[in-house]
Amino acid sequence: MRIETRERRLGAALVAPALIWTVAFFVLPFAAMVWMSLAHLDGRMVVPGPDAGNYLRIFTEPSLRRGIWVSLQITAIVTVISVLLAWPLAWIIAMRVPPQWRRLALLLAVLPFWTSYVVRSYSWALVLGERGVVMNALTGIGLLSEPVQIMATRSATVIGFVHFFVMLLTLTIYANLVQLSPNYARAAEDLGASRFQVIRLVILPLTLPGVVTGAFLTFVLCIGDYITPQILGGNNELTVPQLIMLQLGRRGDYPMASALAVVLMAIVTLAYAACARWLRMDRL
Amino acid sequence: MMRFLSWAYLAATFAFILLPVVVLVVFSFQDGRLPVPPFRGATLRWYGEILGNRALMAALRNSLLVASGSALVSVVLGFLAASGLARVALPGSALMRGVLIAPMTVSYLIIALGLLQMFNQVGIRPSLIATGIGHVVINLPLCFAILYAAMGEHQRNAMRAARDLGAAEWQVLWLISVPMLAPAVAAAFFLSFTFSWDEFIIAFLLTRFDVTLPVEIWSMLRSGLSPKTNAIGSLVFLVSVVMVVALELTLFRKART
Repeated sequence: MRIETRERRLGAALVAPALIWTVAFFVLPFAAMVWMSLAHLDGRMVVPGPDAGNYLRIFTEPSLRRGIWVSLQITAIVTVISVLLAWPLAWIIAMRVPPQWRRLALLLAVLPFWTSYVVRSYSWALVLGERGVVMNALTGIGLLSEPVQIMATRSATVIGFVHFFVMLLTLTIYANLVQLSPNYARAAEDLGASRFQVIRLVILPLTLPGVVTGAFLTFVLCIGDYITPQILGGNNELTVPQLIMLQLGRRGDYPMASALAVVLMAIVTLAYAACARWLRMDRL
Repeated sequence: MMRFLSWAYLAATFAFILLPVVVLVVFSFQDGRLPVPPFRGATLRWYGEILGNRALMAALRNSLLVASGSALVSVVLGFLAASGLARVALPGSALMRGVLIAPMTVSYLIIALGLLQMFNQVGIRPSLIATGIGHVVINLPLCFAILYAAMGEHQRNAMRAARDLGAAEWQVLWLISVPMLAPAVAAAFFLSFTFSWDEFIIAFLLTRFDVTLPVEIWSMLRSGLSPKTNAIGSLVFLVSVVMVVALELTLFRKART
C-alpha cells in the first residue's frame, strides 16, 4: 500500500509539468478568449460583458455572415476534390507500384509537404500568375488566346489547398490500404467479383476509416487556415481566419476576433461530432 | 488498359504535386528580375543576395533557436508526462490524457489569439520566447502521444526490474527509458522541430522586432514576386528534405529491419 502511494505521487509529479504548461498556456488563454468574445468594443475601449452582441452581429451583418458561408463552401469543395484525387493515388502506390519502389513513390508524393507552408503558397502564386508557367504553356500551345485570371480568385485558393491536402490524404489512405490483408480481395475474386467490383464493394468500404480521418483533418486544417486564402485568394472574398486577422489588425477589435474564433471552434466541434463514429484518431 | 490508366494517373498527380516545387527551385536561378518564364539562364546571384541579407539571416538564426528550444522543451515535458501516465493508473488519468492532447484539435490561429490576449493582459511583450511558448503548446500533445504510444508492457517491465535492483528514479528514466525509447524520442524531436520551423501564424502574432523565418518571408512577399524569395524558399526546402532523408535513413530503416 505504501509503495503504491509513493508510485502514485511520483507519477503525478512526472505529469505535473506538462499539465501545468497546458493549463497555463492553453486552457487559461482559451477561457480568457471566450470571456473576451462576450465583451464589446466601444471606440478603442474594451467594455467587459457578458453580452452576446458580437455573436448577434456575426449572424446578422452580411460581411461576417458571408465569411462563414465562404469558409464552409471552400472547405467542402477542397475536402471532396482532395479525397477524390488522393484515393486513386494511394491505391496505385499501394497496389500497382512494385514493392521496392513503393517507399520512394510515397516519399515523392508527399515531398512538398515538407516545404514551408508560406513558401508553398508563394510557389502557387508563381505558377498561377498571369505570366506564370501555366498561363504561359496554355497560351503557348494555343489553348487560350489570352491569359485567364486565376490568382486572387477562389480557384487559386482551392488549388493551393487541394495540393496540400491530396498529400495528407494520400498518407492516411495509404496507411489504411497497406494494413488490409490481400485475402479480402482474393476471396472476392474467387467468388466471381470483377476487378472493379473488388475495389468498389470490398476495398473502398474497408478504407472508410482512413478516408474519414483524413477528411476530418482536411476540414479542420482547411477551415482554420489564414495563409493560403490570403496569399492566393486575395481580398475579394474573405474567409473566417482572414476576417479574424482583419479585426485584429485594422480595428484592434479583440472581442469580435475572439467571437469569430469561438464560432470557428464550434464549427469544428460539430464536424467532429458528425464523423466521430468513424474517426480513429489513435490510428494516426 | 487498367495498367496504362494507373501509370498515366500516377504521372499526372505527381506532376501536379511536384510542379510548384520545381518551378520554385528552377526560377531561383533566374538571371533576371522576375521569377516567371522565359528562363533567361542560370545565376547564383540571388543566393548570394539572401546570404548577405542581414534581416533574413537573423530570422534564420531565430527560427533555428525557437525550433530547437521549443522542440527540446516539448520532448522533455512530453516524455515525463508519458512515463508518469504509463507507470500507474492515477485517478483521473483519462482526463489528464484528454487535457494534454486537447491543443491538437484546435487550430493554430485560435491558440495564437488566446495567447496574444493573455500575454497582453499580464504584460508579456511579443517576443521569440512568447513564440517558443506557443510552439511548445502545439508540439507537446504530439510528443506526448508519440512517446505514450511507444511505452509498452516490455518497457514497463524493464523499468520495474531496474527499480527492484535499486535504481533511483532519475536513473530509471535516464538509463532505461530514454535509450529504450530513443527512436521515438528522436522522431518526436524532429517532428516538433519541423513544425516549429515551419509555423507561421503563432510566430506572426507573437513576435514583433525579432521575427522567425516564415514571418520574414511573409514580409518579403509584400514586395511582389522576386527570385530572391525563390532562393530563400528553395533553401528552406533543402533543409526540410535533408531532415526527412536523415529520418528515413536512420530511424525508419532501423525500425524496418
